[in-house]
Amino acid sequence: MMMQRIYGLTLRYIYLYRGSLPRMLEQLYWPVMDLLVWGFVTIYLRQFEGQLPNFLAYFLGGLVLWDILFRSQVGVSVAYLEEVWSRNLLNLFVSPLRPIELIAAAMTFSVARVAFTASVSVSIAWLAYDFNTFIMGTWLAAFVGALIVMGWGMGIVISALIMRFGQGAESLAWGLIFLIQPVAAVFYPVSVLPEPLQLVAWMIPASHVFEGMRQVLNGGPSPTEHLAWAFGLGAVYFAAGLTFFYAILREAKRAGRLLRVGE
Amino acid sequence: MTTAPDLSAPAVEARNLHKRFGDFVAVNDLSFTIGAGEVYGLLGANGAGKTTTISMLLDLVTPTSGQVRVLGHQYPKGRQEILSQVNFSSTYVSLPLRLTVWENMRVFAALYGVPNPKQRILELLERFEIVETLKKPVGDLSSGQKTRVYLAKALLNRPKVLFLDEPTASLDPDMADKTRQVIREIQKEYGTAVLITSHNMAEMESLCQRILFIARGKKLMEGTPKQIVDHYGRSNLEEVFIQVARDQGGAGA
Repeated sequence: MMMQRIYGLTLRYIYLYRGSLPRMLEQLYWPVMDLLVWGFVTIYLRQFEGQLPNFLAYFLGGLVLWDILFRSQVGVSVAYLEEVWSRNLLNLFVSPLRPIELIAAAMTFSVARVAFTASVSVSIAWLAYDFNTFIMGTWLAAFVGALIVMGWGMGIVISALIMRFGQGAESLAWGLIFLIQPVAAVFYPVSVLPEPLQLVAWMIPASHVFEGMRQVLNGGPSPTEHLAWAFGLGAVYFAAGLTFFYAILREAKRAGRLLRVGE
Repeated sequence: MTTAPDLSAPAVEARNLHKRFGDFVAVNDLSFTIGAGEVYGLLGANGAGKTTTISMLLDLVTPTSGQVRVLGHQYPKGRQEILSQVNFSSTYVSLPLRLTVWENMRVFAALYGVPNPKQRILELLERFEIVETLKKPVGDLSSGQKTRVYLAKALLNRPKVLFLDEPTASLDPDMADKTRQVIREIQKEYGTAVLITSHNMAEMESLCQRILFIARGKKLMEGTPKQIVDHYGRSNLEEVFIQVARDQGGAGA
């Protein structure tokens, strides 16, 4: 992998975002809105804290970490979409840039997005609701890492789907991840799900992260097993996502689809 | 341009290229060779298979059968070796419009690993007389300026093979003439082989050492512009083009 080419493409995203106020505001809009709406709901529910110990921490922690997963996935998909929107993919595909370097640049961009929005949501959670996300200690870094890997895997799959089905599939970039939210144990434990769905939930890296998070907030045992599952499954899905992307790219070259990007 | 091309170490070789999309045959058993430093024209009516042919040479489309060899390498194994020494410009393929000319050129200089990018970028913009556009977003440029930026991008890596799809389509006659002059210069300076498509027949006659005429994806004739004109008994390439297009019944879309 050639770092200079990844740097080159990352530079393209920096130039794009640096010069685009709407794109920068979009980074802030949803995390701020989520935290405002759900933060006030949790303040209301705080009066029942006797019956629901740690509810506020569970909820706000879930919200902050979910946003990290979401931003990580959107970062990769939107980096690809930016090339589709600007009809620049042909220029990239006839350059020495390898597909894996295109993905690596998108992943770098997604980390920057995550860092930016997470710092905003962590600050709001702390300043507005007195919730310190760093109460999770060093486990927080591991949770964030596992969620980012999962987000990358999903982002790569969604980029491949956009390559396959065209720009009409771009809503997947913002919507597909919500398909897994009900079974990802973000705001409630896996145990509340019906048994068949519990099996599905345990196959999702994020479920292990959110279970691990609740374990840490409860002062329970270390979440190493959950983290091992989260990273292990995340790595498998990431590899599967890459394989899928390459298969779709090969098929797109066979079908001449790269010449019609943007339709 | 009457010098015979050197085909002993060809820049591009296409052998029995065939591309089928479902029932539609876009390219049918096409073979040709472009010599190092040769300016080679690809002519045909709309839908004749020019874009598909160029796309197969750039690994954007995988041939159904046949072989492509560029600078002695084959896809997919030699993709990096090929694409780092090749470049492409088309009036119809844009660069990101929100980025300034400098930003676009800087990004592509990094992708192609261009040494001293600042110097190289300024040199090219001066050559195309568009230095004043450096800080402007590409979307704010006139179509002629955009075309020149695309051409400057295509020369960033001093390519050994250059694919130009209608490079002067949106240029005024003066700038089109200057662009043709630049193509001749870079061919001499870097020994660049150029594959060019254009609907400007006078341009093709003046630039190309040889021309490949295709219709419905098949080779009709290959030769120097004079050989082609003489073969059809016409006075210039434009008359030949019109005759061929009408003989083929409007040859495609």
